[in-house]
Amino acid sequence: MRNRLMAGLIAGTLAALTAASPALAADKVKIGFVSTLSGPSAALGVDIRDAFMLAVKLNGGRLGGLPAEVTIVDDQFKPDVGKQAFERLVKRDKVDFMTGVVFSNIMLAGLPEAVGNNTFYLSPNAAPSPVAGKDCNPYFFAVSWPNDAYHEAAGQYATNQGVKSAFLMAPNYQAGKDSLAGFKRFYKGQVVAEVYTKLGELDYAAELAQIRAARPEVVYTFLPGGMGINFIKQFVAAGLNKSIKLIQPGFGTDQDVIRAVGDSMLGLFDAAHWGMDLDNAANKRFVAEFEKEYKRLPTVYASQGYDTAMLIDSAVRAVGGKIEDKDAVRRALKAARFDSVRGEFKFNTNQYPVQNYYLREIQKDAQGRLVNRIVGRPVFTAHGDAYVQDCPMR
Amino acid sequence: MTGILLLEQALNGLQFGLMLFLLASGLTLVFGIMDMINLAHGALYMVGAFFAAWLTALTGTFVGGVLLAIVLTAAVGMVLESTLLRTLYARDHLSQVLATFALILILNESVRMIWGSDLPLRAPAALAGPVELLPGLYYPSYRLLIIAVGLVLAVVLYLLVTRTRMGALVRAGASNREMALAMGVNIRRLYTAVFGLGAALCAVAGAMLGPLLAVQVGMGETILILAFVVIVIGGIGSIWGAFVGSLLVGFVDTMGRSLLPFLFREFLPPQWAAAAAPAVASILIYLLMAAVLFLRPQGLFAARS
Repeated sequence: MRNRLMAGLIAGTLAALTAASPALAADKVKIGFVSTLSGPSAALGVDIRDAFMLAVKLNGGRLGGLPAEVTIVDDQFKPDVGKQAFERLVKRDKVDFMTGVVFSNIMLAGLPEAVGNNTFYLSPNAAPSPVAGKDCNPYFFAVSWPNDAYHEAAGQYATNQGVKSAFLMAPNYQAGKDSLAGFKRFYKGQVVAEVYTKLGELDYAAELAQIRAARPEVVYTFLPGGMGINFIKQFVAAGLNKSIKLIQPGFGTDQDVIRAVGDSMLGLFDAAHWGMDLDNAANKRFVAEFEKEYKRLPTVYASQGYDTAMLIDSAVRAVGGKIEDKDAVRRALKAARFDSVRGEFKFNTNQYPVQNYYLREIQKDAQGRLVNRIVGRPVFTAHGDAYVQDCPMR
Repeated sequence: MTGILLLEQALNGLQFGLMLFLLASGLTLVFGIMDMINLAHGALYMVGAFFAAWLTALTGTFVGGVLLAIVLTAAVGMVLESTLLRTLYARDHLSQVLATFALILILNESVRMIWGSDLPLRAPAALAGPVELLPGLYYPSYRLLIIAVGLVLAVVLYLLVTRTRMGALVRAGASNREMALAMGVNIRRLYTAVFGLGAALCAVAGAMLGPLLAVQVGMGETILILAFVVIVIGGIGSIWGAFVGSLLVGFVDTMGRSLLPFLFREFLPPQWAAAAAPAVASILIYLLMAAVLFLRPQGLFAARS
């Protein structure tokens, strides 16, 4: 009780101090970073964090010319823990930007704390459909890709390949439903089954038996993080990889999964908005510096974390460090004047990206490592999302 | 094809149920004999898995890692019992719940400090692939190993409880503690031994499930809830009840996850079925528990009437 009183007093004093200071250029930019940094899905949050901090480091510890102060909090894969962290960072620490969250359910729990207090949330991953449509918000930017997009591209690829029957599976939560809706939007063949499992499920024995019985031509799953690693391992252990083709969204067969599963992933296909071999200067620098700094190859998550930091950098620079002027910051963010590692992209009216999507295949590189390589032409070019017309922002 | 699906699901249910049994048997003995609600039982499962992952990496062999993990976890369990938990036996259940909940938090954070929030643990490479049991029925060989270990331990435990002196004392303690005390049973030593045995079984479950699931902090909490469901269904203090309860929960959960969607699609419009089936599947075991509580509040095979 007394602690809370003290915290209240300190917060009050700080608020008074902040209110008293004139709206000049800030002396630093404060960023709250909440992400999943422990448990079986920790690799995703760790990649976003590491790439974000790499961008800060490459900018000499500054973003947009101001010293960057990044407070990192682990949400432990729990929405309530994430929400508390948001509240603390936004209300007590008064950060200028919030970012970091991997999972939609955690992001949606924390988001009202940020946007409700006029604090920008720049999503380095989760970009659920409601926030693209009717719940769009001037303080929310999706720097990654709409939740449906990878799945739409994968569905289009399956259609292009003339796939007749597909078995779909996702966790039973918002992003899971978005993902399979996205796949079905562009997939023209038959869906033999659509299975929703518990979020965080690690044992897929029951579902694998169903897949074996259903004999589909293709299995498409949206299982981020540890769920996907366990699923692919168990899929291979059950011998299903010999008769059924597995298609994945880009993160489902990314470097973190390859590290955990190993050689049996060679030849799998996935869809993504970024690849290590995308030919642009920003990307080459990012991939080289990331590998040098962390001795591993970056994932799509890492590319998104890096781009998020670079977006903040560009916006803070554009407003000359006057980050109290929220309208100016918003205009600068929306302009997205930075060299994204994904190449050209722009923000739509709902502040979700319009960009290209590629098909990638897991191949061996010159050093014999398994890596994702972009094959063929983009599956989609300048692709937006299906919800933008529901967004009242113009 | 459906026959093979059912058979494969039955094996999955058996595998899941047997692992639950390893946890539930320890829990039900501690609850039945010492009248102690030990929420930290799941934490011992986690400790066992971390020991196994750490020692497998250290010794280079999975078997060696698992065996050492069992011994060390049993030791941790016995130390906890003789220093901390012993003082709680005389207290009411609420104090026990509070104290052992605190113990969960302490053990979780200790493991995080020692090893970090997770450790890699892989099954031996020889067991990575599937085995063809029947024509068309491929089953992962590692899951078969889990079933074998679970069955062997269930038999050993059964013999231990029904055929040995220690087993007789355990049964006496479970059915009437005061009478056992009055007959001159060295309750203190018995308690420590039972606790060590429970911890060892936790370690087996943690080490065997580790490569299949994940070795991580907090892994004990989710499975502990299921273990409690098992002992409520089976009847507190009864090993046989724990066995039947575990298999029931294992089968109902696995079958529910795989068969309910089919069933619902028969009777409901597809969009309702898609929404309702996973929701009902996830609460099915709790419905089972509620039904058992309604019909037989003391559980299916209560050790005490």
